[in-house]
This record gives sequence, C-alpha cells and structure tokens, in this order.
Amino acid sequence: MSFNFTVSPSFPAERISDWYIFNTWLQRSLSIPIHLELHDGFDAQRAAIEAGQVDLIHANPFDASLLVREKGFRAIARPDGAPDEMVIVTALGHPAQSIHDLQPGTRIACTNDPCVNTIGRILLEPANLSADNTIEQQKETYIQVAKDLLRGQADVGFMPVGAYHGLSSLVRRELRTLVTSDIQVIHHVFLLGRDLHSRTDDFLHALLSMHETDRGQTMLSALGASRWQAVQQEDVEFMIDIISTLTR
Amino acid sequence: MLDMPPPTDAGDVTGHRLDHADGSRRQVFITHIETPYPQGRLIVSRTDTRGIITHCNQSFVDMSGYTRDELIGQPHCLLRHPDMPSAVFRELWETVQGGRQWHGYVKNLRKDGGHYWVFATIVPNIRDGRIVGYTSVRRQPSREKVAQAEANYREWNRS
Repeated sequence: MSFNFTVSPSFPAERISDWYIFNTWLQRSLSIPIHLELHDGFDAQRAAIEAGQVDLIHANPFDASLLVREKGFRAIARPDGAPDEMVIVTALGHPAQSIHDLQPGTRIACTNDPCVNTIGRILLEPANLSADNTIEQQKETYIQVAKDLLRGQADVGFMPVGAYHGLSSLVRRELRTLVTSDIQVIHHVFLLGRDLHSRTDDFLHALLSMHETDRGQTMLSALGASRWQAVQQEDVEFMIDIISTLTR
Repeated sequence: MLDMPPPTDAGDVTGHRLDHADGSRRQVFITHIETPYPQGRLIVSRTDTRGIITHCNQSFVDMSGYTRDELIGQPHCLLRHPDMPSAVFRELWETVQGGRQWHGYVKNLRKDGGHYWVFATIVPNIRDGRIVGYTSVRRQPSREKVAQAEANYREWNRS
C-alpha cells in the first residue's frame, strides 16, 4: 500500500522538483512507498483531503487547523527559520504610499491561498477595507498577481514573503511594499494522518536528523530551511487557537 | 497586583482607582498620550482560566511597556484602562467562560500611563472538552471604529 503525500500549494513553482527529491529521500529513509501528489490549487487539495486521499502533508497553518481538529492528523515537525508572513504590495507608480491611502473600490490581486488572503484582509482593516468594499481578483500564481499590479489592473497584491522574494529583481524593482505582516507565531507544519500515527517515531527520527548529512542539508536548503524542529501537540493547538481568532 | 507608580516625565497625569471583578483594587495614573499601533503586527497572549498571563509575544511586550518578566504571572487586567466600562469585561468573561469567542474594541493602559487601542479577539483554549485557558489576539483597528467605540464607552460610563 502506498501512502499519499502532498504539500500546501503556496510554495514557489521552482521548488516542485525539490519536493519530489524530498519525497524520494523520505521513502528511502523509511522504506515505505510514498506517492507525492502536488495539487494545482487549494480547492483541489481540500477536495483530496475531504476524499481521504492524503496521508501525510506539509501544510500551511490554516490547513493544519482543519487537519488536526477535524481530520485527526498529528503535527510532528516544522521547518526552522522565519515564521509564515505575507506582504501587501503595489506598483511603484501607484499613488498609495501606505494602506491608509487606499480607498473603497480597491482592486486586490491574490491567489486562492486562504492563509495569505485572511492575513491580507486583516492588514487592510485599519483602512476600513473589507470584502464588502473591495474587488478581489483571483489569479493562479503570484507571478500573475505581480503582472496585474504592473499593468495597472490591480491596486494591491497579497503575497507570502517567500513568493515576493522569489520574484525576479526586475519585477521587484517595479513594486513597493505597503505593509509586511509580523505575526511571529504561525508556521507550516508536517502532519501525519491516522494511518501513519504508528510510524510517528520513524518519521520524527528521519526528519530531525535530516540536516546531519550533506545531502540532507542540500535538500533542506532547496526547500528554504536548514533543519526540521519537533513540534509538541500543545504548540500546534496554540497555533490553531490563534488561527481561529483570525478566521471568525 | 501592585499599584502603578505615577509617571515622572509624561506631562499631565491623573490618578484613578480601579475596582476589578475579582474584588481587587488598583491605583493607576493615566496620561493622554496614545501609542500608535504598529502596522502589520498582532499582539498575542495566553492566560490561565483565572486570567493570569502565561505567555506573550514580543509585540505584547513592546506595546504594553512592561518587560516580559513583569507580565508573566500578572493578571491580564494589569492593562485595564479606567475609560473602559466594566460591563465590557463582564460580558467578555461571561462569553469566554461559556466556551464562545469574544471580540471587541479595547483601550489598553500602558505601563507609562499612556494607552493604545486594539481590536481584540479572545478564544477559550478547549482541550479534551475542558477550558484550560484563553488566547487573546489583538490587531490594528481603523480610526473610525476607535472613534465609535470611544463614544460608546463614554456614554456607557455616564449612564
């Protein structure tokens, strides 16, 4: 029996091959068959979760909430380094110098990443902007979000910090950051579904020692981390409590 | 909870005596200086079931004016500003003790007698069906909402 692995589709496109390499390493380390399925978007990923087609996942904090509280997943580790943050950007020539300059009717370019969009909405609240008085334009990728801004087809764009820094320097030079989130406490986490709970120690051992080899370090670096850190159940419950204050 | 020493270099200062729901009283001193909420940040803290602070993030430390060591172990009402009607906190406690989420606009008192406004959301931490504490997340409110809340609270305090 093969286990199904997926990754929340918020990572930069150039990391697709790195996740396949990681999956091969994971299978060899644990001697179990694991199939990596990278979904095109959050809707497809949610459908796979609902259909019980996900056994292990590297999930954004919002998906982690659903998986732990409603699907019985167990969070075991997270990549070290900076927490998940996002930016609201505009074109360099746009008249808005801060979010307080934005007016009702503001056009927002974003993907359908629920994590980034929820935090982006919160960062617009001080300007009295909400879903009721703004126009949301959903795009497939963050590159398309940037293009909308550069063409003047959107006023602001929502992006994860990692995706913003992943844009070419040529594109970034034409954009300006209006605000960067500084939430400090939410992270992607690696979770195991019920069928893999009995293998938790094996997964933990493989992940937590991954940085000890040159090859492991290279793979981690390609995924934007330097090592995995164990997470305690209460740390994840705390993160989920925080997420619940942001989503209702 | 200790009384607040009068600020030494903050201009006009007025003293108030606060009566807390747990029966305790506290002398505080306030100024009219507002600290602007820093863009992009969330203030996060946790308390036990009695409202004693057990965790706070750096934004909480920065905005409150206290050190982390001064905050941990203190009741959350350390930040209570005398302009906040006690009915707000009564409703807050009734809501979260009933297992529900509470949110509202709150004027918080800083250690230096100044204040800052937040939009606060508080959730009970439910583990194995039991409330074991509360998590509070504060974010930046719009000035219009603050003005509205300020007018409402002034009215409540008069009545």
